Amino acid sequence: MSISITMPALSPTMTEGKLAKWFVKVGDTVRSGDVIAEIETDKAMMEVEAMDDGVVTALHAAEGEEGIAVGTAIADMEGEDDASLAVSAPDQAPVAPTLTQAPAPTLTQAHAPTPVSAPVIAASEHLSGHMVSTTVREALRDAMAEEMRRDENVFLMGEEVGEYQGAYKVSQGLLEEFGAKRVIDTPITEMGFAGLGVGAAFGELRPVIEFMTFNFAMQAIDQIINSAAKTLYMSGGQMGCPIVFRGPNGAAARVAAQHSQCFASWYAHCPGLKVVAPWSAADAKGLLKAAIRDPNPVIFLENEVLYGQSFDIPDTDDLLIPIGKANIVREGTDVTITAFSIMVGKALEAADKLAEQGISAEVIDLRSLRPLDIDTILKSVQKTNRFVSCEEGFPFAGIGAELSAQVTEKAFDWLDAPPKRVSGIDVPMPYAANLEALALPQVDTIIDAVLEVSYQKERG
Amino acid sequence: MAKSPQTRSATSATSGNKAPAPKTKATSKSVRRVPGRPPKNIPIETPDTDSLLGLYEDMLMIRRFEEKAGQLYGMGMIGGFCHLYIGQEAIVVGMQSVSREGDSVITSYRDHGHMLACGMTANGVMAELTGRKDGYSKGKGGSMHMFSREKHFYGGHGIVAAQVPIGAGLAFSHKYRETGGVSLTYLGDGAINQGQVYETFNMAALWKLPVIFVIENNQYGMGTSVTRAAAGRALADRGKAYGIPGMQVDGMNVLAVREAGAEAMAYCREGKGPYILEMQTYRYRGHSMSDPAKYRTREEVDAMRKQRDPIDALREVLIAEGIENDQIKAIDAKIKAEVTQASDFALASPEPDPAELWTDVIREGGVI
Repeated sequence: MSISITMPALSPTMTEGKLAKWFVKVGDTVRSGDVIAEIETDKAMMEVEAMDDGVVTALHAAEGEEGIAVGTAIADMEGEDDASLAVSAPDQAPVAPTLTQAPAPTLTQAHAPTPVSAPVIAASEHLSGHMVSTTVREALRDAMAEEMRRDENVFLMGEEVGEYQGAYKVSQGLLEEFGAKRVIDTPITEMGFAGLGVGAAFGELRPVIEFMTFNFAMQAIDQIINSAAKTLYMSGGQMGCPIVFRGPNGAAARVAAQHSQCFASWYAHCPGLKVVAPWSAADAKGLLKAAIRDPNPVIFLENEVLYGQSFDIPDTDDLLIPIGKANIVREGTDVTITAFSIMVGKALEAADKLAEQGISAEVIDLRSLRPLDIDTILKSVQKTNRFVSCEEGFPFAGIGAELSAQVTEKAFDWLDAPPKRVSGIDVPMPYAANLEALALPQVDTIIDAVLEVSYQKERG
Repeated sequence: MAKSPQTRSATSATSGNKAPAPKTKATSKSVRRVPGRPPKNIPIETPDTDSLLGLYEDMLMIRRFEEKAGQLYGMGMIGGFCHLYIGQEAIVVGMQSVSREGDSVITSYRDHGHMLACGMTANGVMAELTGRKDGYSKGKGGSMHMFSREKHFYGGHGIVAAQVPIGAGLAFSHKYRETGGVSLTYLGDGAINQGQVYETFNMAALWKLPVIFVIENNQYGMGTSVTRAAAGRALADRGKAYGIPGMQVDGMNVLAVREAGAEAMAYCREGKGPYILEMQTYRYRGHSMSDPAKYRTREEVDAMRKQRDPIDALREVLIAEGIENDQIKAIDAKIKAEVTQASDFALASPEPDPAELWTDVIREGGVI
């Protein structure tokens, strides 16, 4: 009986990988547990093991081939003992490599999250000159490297940022260039190193503190709010705290409640902080450079799913984007949609589909949540007369609640419909693929919201 | 490691309220008190009389300042929380007298004494206590949140133990910038049980940061005695697992504090890493002004005041040195006048301009 071996997923967000090396050839006999191939992504490497005894009958991928989608057949085997194969249909892939845990395409259902296909998305309006395709991951790394070259007081500290090259490979190569004095691996001790970073900032340095994810920064939130954000005020302006706290925020994929929360509204709530959440690679780079140069504490919310996405960005080492200016990523006349971070991509996708239905949506990438560029939003609402906000976080007292309140207070007379909030739903993030998809706002959720404020659909 | 991280006790020759006989005799010239700028090169074993007078003045200044703050609180001129340092003066005065210009100091909310010892003005501190525009934080910080970049005093922190990792961060900066400075990070016996203290001990030892953790063990974390809150024996031992040397010190004896402080300073400056000093001390007043202090007896407090008071003890030393009683009285009068003047200043200073409500939230100067 034929057994199909498919490209495994090395992480919850991996969508494709490279076949680095074959350890078998057609005709080889393999035993269960034998390593048959090595695969890699930009983040990790893994050996693929045979799960059954048999003979290799076909190899579908060449050694070195890149961009093989997760779930694609990479080899076939003929089982030695058909009777031992409980599940034998090739399309059910009984010979799965170990460690697969991400939703393989065969598992995804109608409500599955938007597949991350690493699209190359056109750059936003302010960018010109020679462009290069860059992932968000590389853009963040380049921003840190450039600022570290520029100012020797800038240093990076966090878990696995050095020798491991970053838990998500964002700090790849920095240890080699800047050495262990400036790229510092910490113990697992969030509150400790967040507080230590604050002290270093009081002591004339410019720390960039990486949280492996912002979920773990809850351990450190006292230092971020009470020490970093408030001390300038409490000292009558004496004690500036120039520090960047950065790392992935929000849901990744299938990591459930404790690892899937958006903290945008938590931090944006507090005076004394700046809060940034970029979507494109250019914004990631330009805003991170601005954050590192800022004399205030900046919360820099990244997104794990975006790390591998490529965007065209200007080929320059002086890309600076001021904090506090929103970006109109798509102009429209019928409805204003605001979004930040990963939701910008979904909002643009929704706008494409709405265009097919004759609705012209204006999409605003907030980029910065505090300070908030409310003027750009109000100007847009005064043109479109309808407002939909998008975020992944919880709805209660979320960013959308604040935006809706401000739009209602400041542009009430321009509104043709009550504002509508698109958000994650009000439950801890579930693990099951179908429930997770239902908990997160999807492109269709945004479309429905736009149809509601356009009175083309019953209000939900 | 050259020195084994064993807990030792520094109560040796200078303990028991007895100081070694100084080699210099009392002089008649008046001693100008320069808070936070201790005379250089005071021999640890045999401080001269002028140096002793300086220590006396600095401690007395804190005592009288705090008494005045207590009075103003009672009159409603100081609000909120107000934690007095009375009884603990020998610690910060002793440590400052062996520090160098550029060393940084950070502590919790019982911070008035630290600020005066760092050389911050009594006027500025008192005006902050009264919430006035001439206070160190323009009236926006209050008792628990005051700072002076100029004097390398980094607060004044209201969250128990939050200053500990920040203090290690200041030490990290000293090491990174190669300033040769040391971070004096003060914490209480209450803070010592917070998790972030041990996160900090670990990193400070791992990276050999120049930081002295000065545990001011005044026996009570608010109303809970240290014996009811802290497992194990000496708090000085709390760094043992990280290889951080610790020493128990008679914190009611400024000369013992100096001796231990000098040893810890030398250790840090040699690049050997952090050091823990457990100062055994006692606060005479409640945890804060609003504390009725029913968790201890009046007899206990009175006994400490009568038998262990750091200022009385040093006064006896000065008299034994041949300092005239009149000279001591003159110092007392001068300090009293200084504190009265600070109080007058703090009450005369206007409240902050309402426009100050909106300033100092975010600093200008980022990428525009």
